[in-house]
Amino acid sequence: MQQAEQALNAAGEWLDVGRLEDIPRQGARVVRRTEGDIAIFRTLDDQLFALRDRCPHKGGPLSQGMVHGLQVACPLHDWKIHLDSGQAVAPDAGCAARFPVRLDGERVLLSLLPEEGCPER
Amino acid sequence: MKEKLVLIGNGMAGMRTVEELLKIDPQQYDITVFGAEPCGNYNRIMLSPVLAGEKTIDQIMLNDEAWYAEHNITLHTGREVLDIDRARRLVKADGGIEAGYDRLILATGSRPFMIPLPGGDLDGVIGFRDIQDVNLMLAAAGKPGGKAVVIGGGLLGLEAANGLLSQGMQVSVVHLLDRLMERQLDETAAGLLKFSLERRGLQFLMEAQTEAILGQQRVEAVRFRDGTEIPADLVVMAVGIRPNVELATRIGLHCERGVVVSDTLQTYDPRIYAVGECVQHRGQTYGLVAPLFEQARVCANHLARHGIARYEGSLTSTKLKVTGIDLFSAGDFIGDEQTEELLLQDSSRGIYRKVVLRDNRIQGAVMYGDTIDGTWYFELMRDGTDVSAFRENLLFGQAHLGDSGHGDDNRVAAMADSAEICGCNGVCKGEIVRAISDKKLFTLEEVRAHTKASSSCGSCTGLVETLLAHTLGGDYSATPNRKPLCACSEYTHDEIRAAILKQELKSMSAVQRFLEWKTSDGCPKCRTALNYYLLCAWPGEYQDDNQSRFINERVHANIQKDGSYSVVPRMWGGETTPAELRAIAEIAEKYRVPTVHVTGGQRIDLLGVKKDDLPGIWGDLSRAGFVSGHAYGKAVRTVKTCVGKDWCRFGTQDSTQMGIDLEKMIWGSWTPHKFKLAVSGCPRNCAEATIKDFGVVAVDSGWELHVGGNGGVKVRATDFLCAVRTEDEVKEYCAAFLQLYRENAHYLERTAPWIERVGLSWVKQRIVEDDENRRALVERFLYSQQFSQVDPWKARAEGLDHHEYTPIKQLG
Repeated sequence: MQQAEQALNAAGEWLDVGRLEDIPRQGARVVRRTEGDIAIFRTLDDQLFALRDRCPHKGGPLSQGMVHGLQVACPLHDWKIHLDSGQAVAPDAGCAARFPVRLDGERVLLSLLPEEGCPER
Repeated sequence: MKEKLVLIGNGMAGMRTVEELLKIDPQQYDITVFGAEPCGNYNRIMLSPVLAGEKTIDQIMLNDEAWYAEHNITLHTGREVLDIDRARRLVKADGGIEAGYDRLILATGSRPFMIPLPGGDLDGVIGFRDIQDVNLMLAAAGKPGGKAVVIGGGLLGLEAANGLLSQGMQVSVVHLLDRLMERQLDETAAGLLKFSLERRGLQFLMEAQTEAILGQQRVEAVRFRDGTEIPADLVVMAVGIRPNVELATRIGLHCERGVVVSDTLQTYDPRIYAVGECVQHRGQTYGLVAPLFEQARVCANHLARHGIARYEGSLTSTKLKVTGIDLFSAGDFIGDEQTEELLLQDSSRGIYRKVVLRDNRIQGAVMYGDTIDGTWYFELMRDGTDVSAFRENLLFGQAHLGDSGHGDDNRVAAMADSAEICGCNGVCKGEIVRAISDKKLFTLEEVRAHTKASSSCGSCTGLVETLLAHTLGGDYSATPNRKPLCACSEYTHDEIRAAILKQELKSMSAVQRFLEWKTSDGCPKCRTALNYYLLCAWPGEYQDDNQSRFINERVHANIQKDGSYSVVPRMWGGETTPAELRAIAEIAEKYRVPTVHVTGGQRIDLLGVKKDDLPGIWGDLSRAGFVSGHAYGKAVRTVKTCVGKDWCRFGTQDSTQMGIDLEKMIWGSWTPHKFKLAVSGCPRNCAEATIKDFGVVAVDSGWELHVGGNGGVKVRATDFLCAVRTEDEVKEYCAAFLQLYRENAHYLERTAPWIERVGLSWVKQRIVEDDENRRALVERFLYSQQFSQVDPWKARAEGLDHHEYTPIKQLG
């Protein structure tokens, strides 16, 4: 509860959400919040990305998709989303908002302040 | 310093190669393009519609000059390349332009063959090859009452003649032989074609040999061998094309009919590649667009140093680009003593079809009037499919039996623009046609990506391919010779499966390394397939890779549109008890399951379960005695049964117990696609066993076994495999069939298309006729079952894969 309050009070600050090993390689985990879930993806080479857990197509949970290279395939209709930009892979168009995420040692730190560039946060 | 790539020939094949190269490696080369024509790159196969006034030049441009600038490509238009200094690797064009190269692509295309006739150099005597020819024709057509003579009654000549006719000219077609398009049509089809072209107003002079073209400065008439003359303001020579090897010959490259290239599209100078109509590959030259595109893809692969693609030649088919005349031809449609002919002729409907078979495989086909099944015949021909199982229906076309969402209305050309083609994604004909022309799409994959048509259930794929053919015009041929598993690899499903066994590849990374995967960790398409192939090849050894499974199989439940899941417990043979029903009812209430539904496979579906609740609900189901029903997997699904002789007055055997026994033997098995069974207690077949992957129908003397059926997108009734006497035999044949399918089918290929591909007789040989092989299959199946009959629900209720079902963090 304390951490949750901290997150709400200080949007934009880094929030410790867990350990790197909690997220499977080529997989994702979800940070659940009332304003909409955030998916944290871990690629094969241990890069981390965080996106709003909502496909721009029909709102599918991207966290449940298959991670390959720097993309994730939405589980509902197989739209591909670039993890590093949140943009749908052309010719599809749309985006999922990005959130800053980084690694501090083994800890995964997430900011709840979405980055610019995607109209729907 | 980037390497330098020079392309000579700004046409479709050369530019397609550049585009393919930019797709896979945009950075490797500085690219320079020389084009003899004064404009950007355009779609040459659309010249006929331009001539016919159905399209404008602007509509057929593929890449305008801005595109070249945007991709940092230096474009020299209107510059003919005069020489190439191969020692200094320098291209010299007119106007004194020079360009050095590290790699060179020759794509000089072809030239119309001009018969060396007296008067052949007069004004108004032209070929039909480029925009300039079209402009000359349009100019000639501008004068009222103009008369045109087209020499050549082949594909190109007839398209030219039809175009000039629609521009208001009087057109005569002169043909040396007694039959039009003799390379593509047999006598009957050629006769039908001639008849309908005559009705449009074309005149034909058959078996006429042109002797001279007459005139002073400009053409005035054409004279024939028999002395007759006809007046002409324009003469179009369309007797054929010749690969343009002028430049290649001049610089000393080995040429025969065309520039000779290897399977990697390299000429005898390994720094020089050649693609397109100027090329001769394994003795063949090609003038159609699909082979050129295949060549382009392979050539780009080598230019990008991937070095793994090979071009192995193309099968081609032909359609005539004359609006309102449907004509299709492919392969050897004449045949010989060893071939058989199937014929369908319906004169009042204007329909003619001929299919030539050799050993029950299609060698060639000619169609006139209704060509909707052309793509189907072509596919059967390309795959070498044994058609004996459906020979009697072959001529009537791909049975549209239950082709969901379309009924039998498949006449694409006649459809209104508002007609829905793709029922899954709501895409209309007009949208697809617009996307093809506006976005310059050439392949099914591109249409899928841009419009989503045919990208879901795939039942409209044939319609979309037909639309592509119609919109692009004739020589679009639908399918490449070999289909790699996905874009990550050059290898086909079969090649990959064979390599896994032969090389004893036992992990995904080993397969990807050995077969030179182009991506670091594959894509959803290949990872799911590889995971299955490895699991099937190395039971007990291969470690199932959760991250290479689609969400449903990863979490052992079906994802729904709102992100919730559905849960279907197994009910052996579709039989249940009051105690089981009570347990399900209590569990459904405890977890507030919003919808409880009975499935088509005689199971109970609990819909709308939250993901976090899955392990809990499974624990409760497990304690009540249930295991996973695998309703979410490419796996053995259900065995549907009727009540059989225990209750039914018609029942001949105990079908319910048979179903239960089968299900207990095969549950838990992973398969290329879902696998459903049914057992009926008598030939009334209440369990609908004849539309299942494996169907059993009890008869008084024992059991009939049926295979390869399915409901769904395209209903297919089963083929009869054999009849057996005992329950043990039913189990033995079932296990053998299932294992054969597991070991041989492509991932995501159901038994119905699999059997159509390999042929029922192939299956029978391995299961019915070869006792030893059948028993070996059973043995391998039972061995693999040791490792797969572990209830995934119980394990997860006890904590396995905990991370899948819980958020990493809960806020607020």
